[in-house]
Amino acid sequence: MIKILYFAGLREALGISGEELALPPGVNDVALLRAHLAERGEAWNALAATRNLRTAVNQRLAGAAATLADGDEVAFFPPVTGG
Amino acid sequence: MNAVSVQSEPFDVGAEIAAISAGRTGVGAVASFIGLVRELEGCASGQGQSAMTLEHYPGMTEAALEDIVGQARGRWQLQGVRVIHRFGRLTPGDAIVLVITAAAHRGEAFAACEFIMDYLKTRAPFWKKEEGRDGAHWVDAREEDDAAAARWD
Repeated sequence: MIKILYFAGLREALGISGEELALPPGVNDVALLRAHLAERGEAWNALAATRNLRTAVNQRLAGAAATLADGDEVAFFPPVTGG
Repeated sequence: MNAVSVQSEPFDVGAEIAAISAGRTGVGAVASFIGLVRELEGCASGQGQSAMTLEHYPGMTEAALEDIVGQARGRWQLQGVRVIHRFGRLTPGDAIVLVITAAAHRGEAFAACEFIMDYLKTRAPFWKKEEGRDGAHWVDAREEDDAAAARWD
């Protein structure tokens, strides 16, 4: 299982702040996980758009090619606006 | 004292500045930056209500700020660094963020303070939601912030 977290506008659009997911066979990087989640349709299509989406794996910013393994914590969120 | 705090409570700027040089006689320069909540345009004081709520990613936020402080320490000879960032609901005039750097000379203190703010703006997982008279909306990231951070590459 992996833990997935959603933040800010993305969390509101999806209607959930997080979930546990069993990594489907073959889904072993961030790009593949995003494509898998986007298949849920409607609001989830936001996971397929790269422009306004950032990803963290185990609480570090990560790119689309970052590999995933059981036990990882993955977070998806819009570009940050603190400070 | 930890270099980094993420908290909902207000902070005492004077006490933090005093603490960073206390007992460190090698400190010759202390630079600080304070970010405040600005009144939304069209919401002059006493007219429309405006406020903002800051969401963050507990755990990653602290790690990201610690990483930025570590990078600053790698670039400049710093004798002290303090970063405090608030979350939760804030209203105009409230302080959001405080960065203090202490060094032997002002050049290092100024540069490190600006570097930490530029990196914080683009790498620390905070998101602002503004509440104005026309409802609430998430603040968009600014390209100027990416450009400001890229100056240090």
